Amino acid sequence: MSAGPPAAPVGARLPRLEDPRLVSGRGCFVDDLQLPGMLHLDILRSPHAHARIHAIDAAAARALPGVAAVYTGTGLAQFLRVLPSAGGMEGFNAPEHHALAIERVRFVGEGVAAVLATDRYVARDARELIRVSYEVLPAVADPEAALAPDAPLLHEALGTNRAFEMRIGSDVREALERAAHVVRGRFVNQRIVPNTMETRGAVAHFEPWDERLTVWLSTQAPHLMRREFARFLAFPEHRLRVIAPDVGGAFGAKNNPYAEELLAAALALKHRAPVKWIEERQEHMLVTSHARAQTVELHAGVREDGTLLALHYRLVADMGAYYHAITHIGPMMTAALMTGAYRIPYAATDIVSVFTNTTPTDPYRGFGRAEAAYFIERTMDLIARELGLDAVELRRRNLIRRDEFPFATPTGHVHESGDFQLCLERALERFDYEGARREQARLRATGRCIGIGLTTHAWRAGFPSVPGGKGYVISGWEKTSVSIDPGGTVRAVIGTSPHGQGIVTTTAQIVAGELRIAPRDVRIIHGDTDAVTQGNGTMGSRSLVVGGSATLLAARQLRDKAVRLAAHLLRVPAERVTLEAGVFSDCGDPARRVTLAAVAAHAFAGPQDLPEGLEPGLEATAFFEAPNFTSCFGTHACVVEVEPQTGEVRILRYVAVDDIGRAINPMIVEGQLHGGLAQGIGQALMEEASYDAAGQPLAASFLDYATPRATDLPRFEVELTETPSTVNPLGARGIGEAGTVAAPPAVVNAVLDALAPLGVRHLDMPLTPHKVWRAIREADA
Amino acid sequence: MIPAAFEYLRPRSLEEAVACLLQREPGTAAILAGGMSLIPAMKLRLARPATLVDIVRLRGLAGIVRSAEHLRIGALTTHAALGGAPELARYPVFAETAGVVADPQIRHRGTLGGSLAYAHPAADWPAVFLALQGEAQLFGPQGRRSVPAEDFFTGIFETTIGAGEILTEIRFPSVRERSGAAYSRMCLQASGMALVGVAAQIMLDAEGRIDHASIGVTGVNAVPFRARSLEMRLRGVLPAAAALRDLCATGIPEAEPLSDPHAAADYRLQMLRIHAERALGRAFERARAAVPGLGYSAPVTRDGEPVVRP
Ligand SMILES: Cc1cc2nc3c(=O)[nH]c(=O)nc-3n(C[C@H](O)[C@H](O)[C@H](O)COP(=O)(O)OP(=O)(O)OC[C@H]3O[C@@H](n4cnc5c(N)ncnc54)[C@H](O)[C@@H]3O)c2cc1C
Repeated sequence: MSAGPPAAPVGARLPRLEDPRLVSGRGCFVDDLQLPGMLHLDILRSPHAHARIHAIDAAAARALPGVAAVYTGTGLAQFLRVLPSAGGMEGFNAPEHHALAIERVRFVGEGVAAVLATDRYVARDARELIRVSYEVLPAVADPEAALAPDAPLLHEALGTNRAFEMRIGSDVREALERAAHVVRGRFVNQRIVPNTMETRGAVAHFEPWDERLTVWLSTQAPHLMRREFARFLAFPEHRLRVIAPDVGGAFGAKNNPYAEELLAAALALKHRAPVKWIEERQEHMLVTSHARAQTVELHAGVREDGTLLALHYRLVADMGAYYHAITHIGPMMTAALMTGAYRIPYAATDIVSVFTNTTPTDPYRGFGRAEAAYFIERTMDLIARELGLDAVELRRRNLIRRDEFPFATPTGHVHESGDFQLCLERALERFDYEGARREQARLRATGRCIGIGLTTHAWRAGFPSVPGGKGYVISGWEKTSVSIDPGGTVRAVIGTSPHGQGIVTTTAQIVAGELRIAPRDVRIIHGDTDAVTQGNGTMGSRSLVVGGSATLLAARQLRDKAVRLAAHLLRVPAERVTLEAGVFSDCGDPARRVTLAAVAAHAFAGPQDLPEGLEPGLEATAFFEAPNFTSCFGTHACVVEVEPQTGEVRILRYVAVDDIGRAINPMIVEGQLHGGLAQGIGQALMEEASYDAAGQPLAASFLDYATPRATDLPRFEVELTETPSTVNPLGARGIGEAGTVAAPPAVVNAVLDALAPLGVRHLDMPLTPHKVWRAIREADA
Repeated sequence: MIPAAFEYLRPRSLEEAVACLLQREPGTAAILAGGMSLIPAMKLRLARPATLVDIVRLRGLAGIVRSAEHLRIGALTTHAALGGAPELARYPVFAETAGVVADPQIRHRGTLGGSLAYAHPAADWPAVFLALQGEAQLFGPQGRRSVPAEDFFTGIFETTIGAGEILTEIRFPSVRERSGAAYSRMCLQASGMALVGVAAQIMLDAEGRIDHASIGVTGVNAVPFRARSLEMRLRGVLPAAAALRDLCATGIPEAEPLSDPHAAADYRLQMLRIHAERALGRAFERARAAVPGLGYSAPVTRDGEPVVRP
C-alpha cells in the first residue's frame, strides 16, 4: 500500500484510473477473445420491412467447406424457446418473438438464417449463398399510420397494431375548460440509433468438465443477462457465467438479451464448441434497439398570469416490430415526468403504443425522461411565445419552490428534494441572460440571426424496484462487497457494470474515503457473474447513486470491523481508535499504532485472538435498495446562430448548470455531461433513423446517419451545484443522462428563438440545414 | 465488414503493374492506392475485385514538381502532403481543399490520384482538377496519354481510365500573375462529403477585371462539371460582391442537381449559388493579393471557412 493518500479522496478531481489502459490499447473487448476451435456466427437478414418467407434454400451454403451448420427459424424452433422479450405488463399485447423469423419478417434487418462456420470469412461467404424467396407484404413504418383501421397488421394473432394503451395522471378536462388560455402543439422526439462505439458481440463457451456455460457479452447488465440466458436456454443459472469484459459504450441499448447473443449461447451448447458473434456496424444500425420515437399532441391550460393549470398529452409511442427488454417502459416514464420541474395541478397522458415495421425501440441515454424534458421544455417556450412572456419569467412563475419538497406530481412521481431555482439563478448569472438578450438585439439589428434557448429540466435517476412487472424485471437494489486480503490489499466487488462512466474510479474514491487509503490502492471487480454473484447493472444513472451507496455502506461496515480489531490489538476501546492514511492509532496516545495491513493479517491469522463474537476475515457486503428515484435537475442555456442563407446552425455558447447532490469526482461528472451534451446536440441537429413509407431505412450507415463530431460542438461551460439528495446515504444525484435530457430542448428552443423574427414557429428535430432553410423559405413565402 | 476473398499483388514497377492488370480477366483487377475508398467498399462487398494491384510503394508516383510551365503532382501524393507542401505555397487552393477532405487519418493515406480515379460524385478534388484545368497523365498498354480534366469524368464512379491503365500524374498549368483560386464547399452532415463544392480560378487583367475564370463544381450533378456559362459571363466583370452574387444567382444552367433525403434539388442549387459566390470572392481576393513569390495560406475550418460570418 502506497503512502500519502490525498487528504479526501471523495470530491477530488482524480484522473480516471481506468483510462491509461483503455487509451493505450490495453483494453480487452469481446472481439479480442480467441478460443481454440471457435465457430463464427453470421446472420442473414431480411431486406424487406414486411414479407412472408416462402422458402429458404441453404444447400449451397451448407456445401461450402468450413460451414458447420445453417439454421432457419423453423429449424431453431425445434429446440429453442421464444425470445425472453418483455411481455410488458398484464393486459399488454405481447407478440411472439423468435431468434430467427418464422414464416414472416417484420422489419428490415430481422434475422432469417444463421450460419456457423470455422471463420468469419467463410461464414460471411456462406451467408451470401442462401436463397430466400419472399412474398412482399404491405408495410407500415409510421406509428400514426399503423393505427388506421385498414393498416397492414404486423401480428395477425394480436388482431391489432396497438401494443397497449394506458392513461397516467389525473383528470384534466375540467381544468382545461377553466383555463384562460389553452395552448396546443405537437412535438416529435424522433427515432435515433444509440451507436455505441463498440458494436455488440458475444462469445459463448461450454466447458463439459464443469458443465459450465460462459458467455462473454458486450452488455451493461451481466446479471440480468445471466437470468435471461438461463431462462431461454433452460440452463441452471448457477452454472451460467456472464462476463462483460471492456464494453465500448451501451447507452441503454445493451441491456436487452438479443437474438444473436442468445443464439450464440444456444449453438455453443448444441455444437459443443465456442461460438463467436460480432455485430457489424450496418447490423448495429438495423437491429440494435432504436430509441425515442415518441410524438405528443398537447393541450396546456394556462392561467392569465402564466401559471400552468393543466397539461394533457396524447402520446404515440413507436415500439417497433417487437418488444425488446423494456420497450414499454419508455412512454410510461415520459408520462410520469410530463410536468418536468413545474407545479401543474392537473396533468395526464394518454399513451398509445404501436407496433410498426421498424427496428424495436428500447432505452437510450435519458430513456423516457429525455422525451419528457423535450416535450415540456418545448411546451414552456410555446406558452411563453403565445402569451408574450419571457421564457425565463414563465419558468420562474411555474417552478416548484425549494420549500415544496417532497413534491408529488399528478402523474405519480415524487420529486424527493431539490432546488430548481438555485440552478436557474446560477445559470442566468453565469450566462448573463440580460446581457445575452441585449447582445441578441444588437446583432439582430445588424442582420444576424441569433437565438437564445434554455431549459429548467427535471428528471430522475436510480430507479427503485417496481412491483408487478412481468417478464424482464430490473430491481432497484445494488450490491457491493468490500474486502481486505491477508496481505492488506483492498478490493471492492460491485454489481454495477461500468463501461465508460468512470465507476471504477468513483467506487475506489468512496472505498478509499472510508478506509483512508489512496484510491489507486483499491481494486474494483465488476462484470463477471462468478466473481460478482448478484447485481442489476449500469443503466438509468444508477451506478453511483445506488451502487455507490451500497459501496459506501459496505466500506463502512468493513471499517467498523477493522476498527474493532485494531482496538483489540491496541488494547483500547474502539471509540479511541482513529484511522488515517491506512494506520490506526490510539487518539489518546498516537504513538500506539497498527497498520490496516497488520489488522488484516491478524483477521486471517486464526480465531485464537479475535474479540468476542467477531468472525475471522475482513469482508463486508451491503445491499442498498433505492427507496425512490433521486430527483435530478438543472438549467442549460445556449446561444445559437443560424445562417439563413444555408440553414446552418452553430452553437456559439452553451452553459450547463446541474445539481449533482454530491460530486464524488467533479471531473468525471463534467465528462458525463460533455458526452451527454454531444449526444443531445446530435439529436437536436442531425440524428434521425428515418424510414420511407415502405419501411426501408433511409439512414442505415454512417454515410447517411449523421452523428456529431468534435467540430460540431461548442466549448461547454459546466457548473455544478450540490443540493444533497434525501434518498441515498451519499446524497448524490444521477448525472449520466443530464446532457441528453437537456440539450435537445435547449438547442431547439434557441434555434426557434433565432428564427422567430423570420416567421418560423415550429420545427421538428433534427434541425438540419436543409430543413431550417426550407422553413425559412416557406415562412417567407 | 468482411470482404470477399481476393488476390493481393505488389508489383515493383509501373510496367509490371500494368502487366498484372492485363493478365487478369478484364474488370476483375483493381489498383490499390491509399485504399481509403476501395477498402471500405470491399468491406461492404459493394466492390469485389478478385485481384488488388498495390501500387502504393511505387517510387516516383508521389511528389510535387514545379516547372516554368507546369505544376506536376504524382498520383500517389496524399491529401495530407497536398495540405502542407511548401511547393504549393502559391496554390493555396490545395491546402484549402486538403483541409476539408475527410479527417487527418484518411488524409495521410488517401491520394489525389485515388480520389480522381474513384470519381465519387461528391469528392472534393474533381472540382479543383476542373477549375485549375488539370490534365490526367495515364500509363497503359498503349503507352502514355494525357486527358484534360473536362474529358476525364464520364459518369458516377466512371472515368476515361481504360483497361490496364494507371493514373500516374496530374498536371496543371503553372500559376500566372494576378490569378487566384479557391475552394468553397458545404458538406453533408453524415458522410462529410461535398453537398456542393465549388473551385474557382480567376485571372485578372491589369485593370482588375476578370480576364478569365474557370469554375469546377462537384456534389451537384452526377458528374462534376465546369460552369462554362458563368465563366463566360464573368469575363470583363469587375468582381464586386454584388456583381458576383447576381451572376451566381442566375448563371449556372449546367447544374442538374441530384435530389436525395439529405438535400433536395432546389436546396443543392441554392447552395451551389452561395458557394460559387464564396469561391469566386475568395479567388478574387487571392488574385488581387497574389504578388508572385509570396505565399498565402489562410487557416480554414472543416468546411473551408467559418460557417457563420458576420
Ligand atoms: C470516412 C471517409 C471520409 C471521406 N471524406 C472525404 C471527403 O470529405 N472528400 C473527399 O473528396 N473524399 C473523401 N473520402 C475519400 C478519400 O478522399 C479517398 O482517399 C480517395 O477518394 C481515394 O483515394 P485512395 O488513394 O485512398 O484510393 P483507393 O481507395 O486506393 O482507390 C480508389 C479507386 O481508385 C482506383 N485507383 C486508385 N489509384 C489509382 C491510380 N493511380 N490509377 C488508376 N486507378 C486508381 C482504385 O482502383 C479504386 O477503384 C473519404 C473517405 C472516407 C473513408
